[in-house]
Amino acid sequence: MDPEFFELLAMPLFDQLYNFSHWLTGDRSDAEDLVQETYAKALKNFELFQEGTNLRAWMYRILRNTFLSSRTSLAAQKTDALDDDTEIASNAPTPESALLQLENSQAVIDALATLPVGYREMILLIDIEELSYKDAAQVLNVPIGTVMSRLSRARNLLRQALTAKPPERASNAV
Amino acid sequence: MPCNSNPATLGAYLDNELPPDQMAALRQHVPTCAQCAAEVVELAMMQRSLRPARERFTPTPEFRRKIQQQVAARPRRSLSWSFALVPALAVLVIMLLAGVGWVAYSHRADAFSEAADLHIDALASANPVDVVSTDRHTVKPWYQGRIPFSFNLPELQNTGYTLIGGRLVYYHQQPGAQLLVGLRQHKISVLIFQETPELARAFAGPTSVEHRNSFSIDTWTSQDLRFVIIGDAEPAAITKLAQLLKQANS
Repeated sequence: MDPEFFELLAMPLFDQLYNFSHWLTGDRSDAEDLVQETYAKALKNFELFQEGTNLRAWMYRILRNTFLSSRTSLAAQKTDALDDDTEIASNAPTPESALLQLENSQAVIDALATLPVGYREMILLIDIEELSYKDAAQVLNVPIGTVMSRLSRARNLLRQALTAKPPERASNAV
Repeated sequence: MPCNSNPATLGAYLDNELPPDQMAALRQHVPTCAQCAAEVVELAMMQRSLRPARERFTPTPEFRRKIQQQVAARPRRSLSWSFALVPALAVLVIMLLAGVGWVAYSHRADAFSEAADLHIDALASANPVDVVSTDRHTVKPWYQGRIPFSFNLPELQNTGYTLIGGRLVYYHQQPGAQLLVGLRQHKISVLIFQETPELARAFAGPTSVEHRNSFSIDTWTSQDLRFVIIGDAEPAAITKLAQLLKQANS
């Protein structure tokens, strides 16, 4: 597409992309670097972007790929091994205390920060950025079925993190 | 009866991401299955709690400006730059043209005033001409050996013009001929010099009779000679004399 339209179409995504970037990196400076690099790459390759396709998914994908090749991400990934295939254990009834935790926004958000980045990004893309499964599949470059199973696993891990840890715990883990 | 619904399917049901037939089936099933209903409610609660995370991190205004500048439509920017330059360039061009024009004009004005000086000098002199003759066949040979070129004089009989005579003059260190021609009570000088780039520059401009300080002036070149006619006669008279000289020297 004509680079002349890049600013018009890409700048409205700025806040979302920044939020996503900060969630991924856990740091303002790293988040800014990531967003800046994302915009630079997107602008450079904007002619390759096909009109009629989803610019939002395209930008998120550039951001995520840039993040994956970054230092911050490489450090995080060492401890992450995504398990898309293992069937998630059948959900046992959640205790009452955990249910209360689920309603505690601060606790949920803090717990999100403790998730491995591969699962955190699933929650971020679907529950926070509200991408469709199809767009998320495009961002992650995986089949929609993988989005579904990985998301389910991420949500389960988040719920476990909530029930396993006290709500007051301050989390700064990335 | 234990329900074996897949948690991922229930999540997709909550996200409205299942095919219509599965959505319809679960819409029937979930309200009647305590286990699935609990799962869907918990996921919904968690989703609602996550909502503030959407605006958890906001970019600084400085960073926004930085990116804004980075992505500012480049073609448009260069275009707007060039548009901004247009008036500046136009002003520059006008100034240059005006400068060139002024220089040319001032050269021309200087050249004309020098020609006028020669004419006035001749008129003011007790001996306006060195060779006094109404006969062109006398005047023209007088110049031989005095100037490094020769010219032709037209037959002025029955034209109203009378040849009064000629003298040697210098213009920009170049020797030349000054012929004095009478028309009734008017005196007209015909200056003839070898054309040089300097003279060409000095007299550059429109080739029409100009009226300056009550003098009419015409100038042209013919066969590498620069002719300047200056006198207090009306412009038409100057033009007519110019025509005669042009015919004689073409």
